[in-house]
Amino acid sequence: MNNTTKRWIFDSVVWSVSLLFAFGLLMDNAMADSKGFSATNKTWQAECASCHIAYPPNLLSAPAWRRLMAGLDKHFGTDASIDARSAAEIGAFLENNAGRGKRGSDSGTLRISETPWFKRKHDEVSASTWKNPKVKTAANCTACHAGAERGEFDEHAVRIPR
Amino acid sequence: MHTLKSIAGILLAASLALPGLKASAATPAEIQKSFETAARASTPGFSGFSAERGQKFFNSTHGNDWSCTSCHTPSPVALGKHAKTGKEIAPLAPAANPQRFTDAAKVEKWFNRNCNDVLGRVCTAQEKGDVLAYLMSLAK
Repeated sequence: MNNTTKRWIFDSVVWSVSLLFAFGLLMDNAMADSKGFSATNKTWQAECASCHIAYPPNLLSAPAWRRLMAGLDKHFGTDASIDARSAAEIGAFLENNAGRGKRGSDSGTLRISETPWFKRKHDEVSASTWKNPKVKTAANCTACHAGAERGEFDEHAVRIPR
Repeated sequence: MHTLKSIAGILLAASLALPGLKASAATPAEIQKSFETAARASTPGFSGFSAERGQKFFNSTHGNDWSCTSCHTPSPVALGKHAKTGKEIAPLAPAANPQRFTDAAKVEKWFNRNCNDVLGRVCTAQEKGDVLAYLMSLAK
């Protein structure tokens, strides 16, 4: 094997590996919404999903979850209070898996649908869609995101009801 | 192979049943008994629970917007629907849903929350017992 061939093989390998790596990074970023949410906790699932879907912890910042858990007796107009032990377990789970980056910034609101990133992600949704009785409220993720309960919010899987 | 499958089946059944047994060790009648004990202690002249009074309580508003029926519908043997979120609620009457009133902690948790929403206060043992008497009187 002469030096030119060796050099060629070396270059090809380096380029292939780099490209694969870059592609992987891109895909990872692009699929952050679609691959769903893997962390789970039985108490969180059982308690939070008794009145609505158990909203994935990465949709709100840690400080917002802390405030929400501190006010469960007045939870968006209803009493959702739980025993101290469950509250501590759920609170820790939510904060440990809370949103990072854009979703991790605390905008002051406790409503996921009022956070700046949520609004930006939904800015193309028409007013009539929000008013559709099958949607009813922006809190009704599953109306359009069938995998919402599993934390799957891939844009390509969105089905807006008619 | 068959034996292995049976053992796996038994283990699976046991693992499913054990947490269930731990959480739901009560019957509606036992829960009703505990309401009765509390009512005797707190209500002077307590003279038992009434399904009829429970039904009236269940169907009425109590100063706020909601009644029990806002979510559980006037037919507690049927599926309910959360007044705010729209989430389906399993039937409340034990005849239609055998899991109801089998876990004292769960019963307390929901009476506390829902009485606060509907009445703006916790319910008395008399009120809870009347409602349970009503729910237990319903057939599927």
